[in-house]
Amino acid sequence: MKSQQQGTNPVGAVMVVGAGIAGVQAALDLADAGFYVYVVEAKPAIGGVMAQLDKTFPTNDCSMCILSPKLVECGRHLNIEILAPARVQGIIGEPGNFTVTVNQAARYIDMAKCIACGLCAEKCPKKVPDAFNQGLISRKAAYVLYPQAVPLKYAIDPVNCLYFKKGGKCKACEKFCPTGAVDFSQTDQPRDIQVGAVVLAPGFKPYDPTKYAAYHYASLPNVVTSMEFERILSASGPYQGHLVRPSDHKEPQKIAWLQCVGSRDLNHCDNSHCSAVCCMYAIKEAVIAKEHSKDGLEAAIFFMDMRTMGKDFEKYYWRARDEQGVRFIRTRIHSVDPVPGTDDLSIRYLDEDGTLRAETFDMLVLSVGLEVAPEVLETGRILGIDFNANKFAETSSFAPVAATRPGIFVCGAFQGPKDIPQSVMEASASASAAGDLLAAARFSLAKKKPEFAERDISQETPRIGVFVCHCGINIAGVIDVEAVRDYAGTLPFVEYVENNLFTCSQDTQEIIKERIKEHNLNRIVVASCTPKTHEPLFQETIKEAGLNKYLFELVNIRDQGSWVHMHEPERATRRAKDQVRMGVAKVGLQQPLREFTLPITKAGLVIGGGAAGMEAALGLADQGFKVHLVEKKDFLGGHALKLNHTWRGEQVKPYVDGLVQRVTKHPQIEVHLNSEVTDVQGFVGNFHSTLSTRGREVEVEHGAAIIATGAHSYKPNEYLYKENPRVLLALEMDQAIREKNPLVTTAKCAAFIQCVGSREPERPYCSRVCCTHSVESAIRLKELNPDMDVYVLYRDLRTYGPRENLYKEAREKGVIFIRFHADDRPQVAQTADGGLQVTVKDLILGLPITIRPDVLTLASAIIVKEQEKLAKMFKVPLNNEGFFLEAHMKLRPVDFATEGVFVAGLAHYPKPLDEAIAQAKAAAARAAVVLSQESIKAGGVVASIDPALCSGCQACVGVCPFGAIDYKETEKVCEVNQALCKGCGTCAANCPSECITLLGFSHKQIYTQIDQALAELKMAAEAAG
Amino acid sequence: MKEPEFPRILGICCRWCSYAGADLAGAMRLQYPPEIRIMMVPCTGRVDILHILKAFELGFDTIFLSGCHEGDCHYLAGNIKAKKRVNKLKKDLVALGLEPERLEMFHVSSGEGPKFAGVCTEMHERALKLGPNPVKREARAAWLATQPRADIAV
Repeated sequence: MKSQQQGTNPVGAVMVVGAGIAGVQAALDLADAGFYVYVVEAKPAIGGVMAQLDKTFPTNDCSMCILSPKLVECGRHLNIEILAPARVQGIIGEPGNFTVTVNQAARYIDMAKCIACGLCAEKCPKKVPDAFNQGLISRKAAYVLYPQAVPLKYAIDPVNCLYFKKGGKCKACEKFCPTGAVDFSQTDQPRDIQVGAVVLAPGFKPYDPTKYAAYHYASLPNVVTSMEFERILSASGPYQGHLVRPSDHKEPQKIAWLQCVGSRDLNHCDNSHCSAVCCMYAIKEAVIAKEHSKDGLEAAIFFMDMRTMGKDFEKYYWRARDEQGVRFIRTRIHSVDPVPGTDDLSIRYLDEDGTLRAETFDMLVLSVGLEVAPEVLETGRILGIDFNANKFAETSSFAPVAATRPGIFVCGAFQGPKDIPQSVMEASASASAAGDLLAAARFSLAKKKPEFAERDISQETPRIGVFVCHCGINIAGVIDVEAVRDYAGTLPFVEYVENNLFTCSQDTQEIIKERIKEHNLNRIVVASCTPKTHEPLFQETIKEAGLNKYLFELVNIRDQGSWVHMHEPERATRRAKDQVRMGVAKVGLQQPLREFTLPITKAGLVIGGGAAGMEAALGLADQGFKVHLVEKKDFLGGHALKLNHTWRGEQVKPYVDGLVQRVTKHPQIEVHLNSEVTDVQGFVGNFHSTLSTRGREVEVEHGAAIIATGAHSYKPNEYLYKENPRVLLALEMDQAIREKNPLVTTAKCAAFIQCVGSREPERPYCSRVCCTHSVESAIRLKELNPDMDVYVLYRDLRTYGPRENLYKEAREKGVIFIRFHADDRPQVAQTADGGLQVTVKDLILGLPITIRPDVLTLASAIIVKEQEKLAKMFKVPLNNEGFFLEAHMKLRPVDFATEGVFVAGLAHYPKPLDEAIAQAKAAAARAAVVLSQESIKAGGVVASIDPALCSGCQACVGVCPFGAIDYKETEKVCEVNQALCKGCGTCAANCPSECITLLGFSHKQIYTQIDQALAELKMAAEAAG
Repeated sequence: MKEPEFPRILGICCRWCSYAGADLAGAMRLQYPPEIRIMMVPCTGRVDILHILKAFELGFDTIFLSGCHEGDCHYLAGNIKAKKRVNKLKKDLVALGLEPERLEMFHVSSGEGPKFAGVCTEMHERALKLGPNPVKREARAAWLATQPRADIAV
């Protein structure tokens, strides 16, 4: 194992620098896998840019809502220590044993005393532009970064504080602080911290568009950046989520988005890269803005290439264009003019027909690009890592999260512009890489979770506490939350009620615990959002207060309340009361449920022997776990064997050969070639799978599984493929170049056609890799023969991120790019001499052009086949296009809802090699979290049979899908094996004598809920006699 | 009570697919009638015929179960068992003097917010069309009085 090769005893701690979503995910994965983690964040709270966003694409999830549970988890994790605000000052040592000097800046607030009441901010006389809100409003010099901040503690900003500026005067905050938390005597504290590895996730900063003088961003208030617009849309933003423009707070009727500001531009800035996320966030902002607007907002997006290359992005784009009426205009705006006498803005542009048009808008949003902040570059220099030409951290395609200095890993937008899922993937991947380095030190510094003593409530009558959440204005803006609270107070057994601005915030968790103690509560109801995201958080809270975690009920009054009845506050409030009554009645009948532990098989099963599968296998094996690697074919390597180069120009073959060697020689990896998985039994920690190798079956035991079955290329029926030998697919072109096929070496003219089979109604997705691949091949052809005419016929050129540099290089080398319309495709014909003739309408000239290529490459779609079988066996879902569907598009990109099963590579979605490797490492990290535990918990919501009532009819035995019920011949009754029971309750519904109880969903609880749902109706009937 | 007691719709959703679909309807801000009450179960397979009968007895006007798509059930086939129970019960409802349209089984995945909102709207419309559940005698009589004679179903 690598970790043993290190020789020294590594330190079982890791430092994560930067605590946006990437840093938080890396910290959680590391801490969950048995390492102690120091999180160093420059701001006074964690959360990063994601905390500032309103919604996230392509699911339109509320950004804060999905992020908040992770922040809280990070904030309360036993093995995560947050240093904020703090900065890295120096590093010495070697991989496995670094000493990092961190300067922890004075907060001037004693964190132990601060109760986040906000009085210091209220009394502070000094107003400062609020950077969190992009300066659209002001905050005070004493402030909290944002309302849901973790840690939720105030801080004093010494740059603006009058005490520091005026030499000891003011001290208003100190005077009014009720707990004496203000402490002006604090000083910055340097600390030397020992860690085995460092993960850098300091993120990006949005480009400052003041340099685009012709856009007048600095002088025209209604020209805003996309980050400002996020805050404008946000319910917790400067205008409380009312869509108004800054100059006069008028609701805009017409908004335009201008793309590529600070991206793909060497005139105004040095950012030659594409920022990869702006097309999608602009569409999202346009769609959400239209939703916000009362009277039909007009939204227009001015763009160069529409780059919607991620999973479900293309459909999102089509929906915006075809259903939601967002206008898309392909042009780059030269300048913005104020309209005299108004606050409106006029832009002039050439439309696609070449006509000059002028249009007036109420507001313009500049879709600003991503770049690394100068102070972060400085941190990078201190740590001794290299940056690439676009000033992002330098990495190789084959080790996408390894910085140039060993022992330091990078993830997120610091490594290159990217979206949230990609950042989360890389975060998990860097956790895997660090875990691989430090495997020998796992649990050497991490503390074990304390077991909370459970209060015995068996002799107590129910004493229920009900907490009703405002969710800012998400709920309170529609539902009368005070009325719901008061109503809850009238319900039987309810002893305590309270409203919270954000019940999920960390300080409210403390409040809930206190209330449980103060009022001796033994059951808790929270009326807020969905249990899918927030139930674990509250269960953890009540556990800490000594209650069994099942003595809890979450009532969903937001996702299934205020959000779906936005215009009917009274009826929505009525519904909320009914649902609260149902929840209270249900929890009143709830008994504590027992959990027991089961051992974990410390082995992984990886399905697919391509690059992703092999990387995942090595990721687990290097961390010390046994791995079964299953490959259908009789060799390892998959599609990577057919690639010549990565987009960075690295040769793929030596990498794949090395990988195959490492895998086959690894003592922890057992390779099963010519094999398929034919059966899967069991559950997380304890899977038993059957592998069939040429008809011979073997059983393997494993605790986790990673699906990396890859994909296929679409074999087109169009463009004379297989009819004319000069027509190749992209990978066949790679082969032809590799083998110096005369078809290529003697060619005088070559052409590429993009989107063959992709972005079509039957395949409504972009295959993500083809534009870059064709551009790279085009450059190879130009290098082979600079006189060769090379054409790329495309719809949108999607060389996203730093790949844009390749596009630029191709143009400079003379590759000609011709755009075509989806409804006016190139025509490919065979000439009499067997040659090819391609006709395409040049949209700039408006005239058809004829090319006679000696070789034509079709960039055909990446498709998946027959994933259903595996999906069924592991009980995991597929999306409409047949790709595996992860648990959550944004924040759980490699997990499935089914525990212990993970996905990586093309089986998830088309992606280039570097991203597939990162995802494979991420899957390994997530699987390692499972495998590194001593045991897993079972029990909880499971079925139980009352033997006194059971007649032994065995109706339940037959319906149980998991074979968890046995008939006991001697006692003549049935019995549930609770380790196998998954808690579906089918047996309970089938039992003719109602002797089966599904704990947590008992018959009585269900009847009572139904009864209570109509309780008011019943009362009315009774009152009427 | 000042609120009208009609219509009342009960939606029983499985935790894995339809409850998440209902959440997505919220995330997408799709509006549907607030007369729906949603009860979450781990799987629609948990729902006993007696639970549904109880809900009708208490006065729900329409009731729907919503589970995963066939083949997607987190517990393999609970949704199919639920569908069988619902189909059987629909036949028996006639004998009880209830229209079978008052009960339906749907399949809504976690990605189908619009479909979930559509299901709620449809069951609301069915309730309006069929009128109050006859167990609510007064409401039923009042509603019947407003209907043209030819349309009276009972």
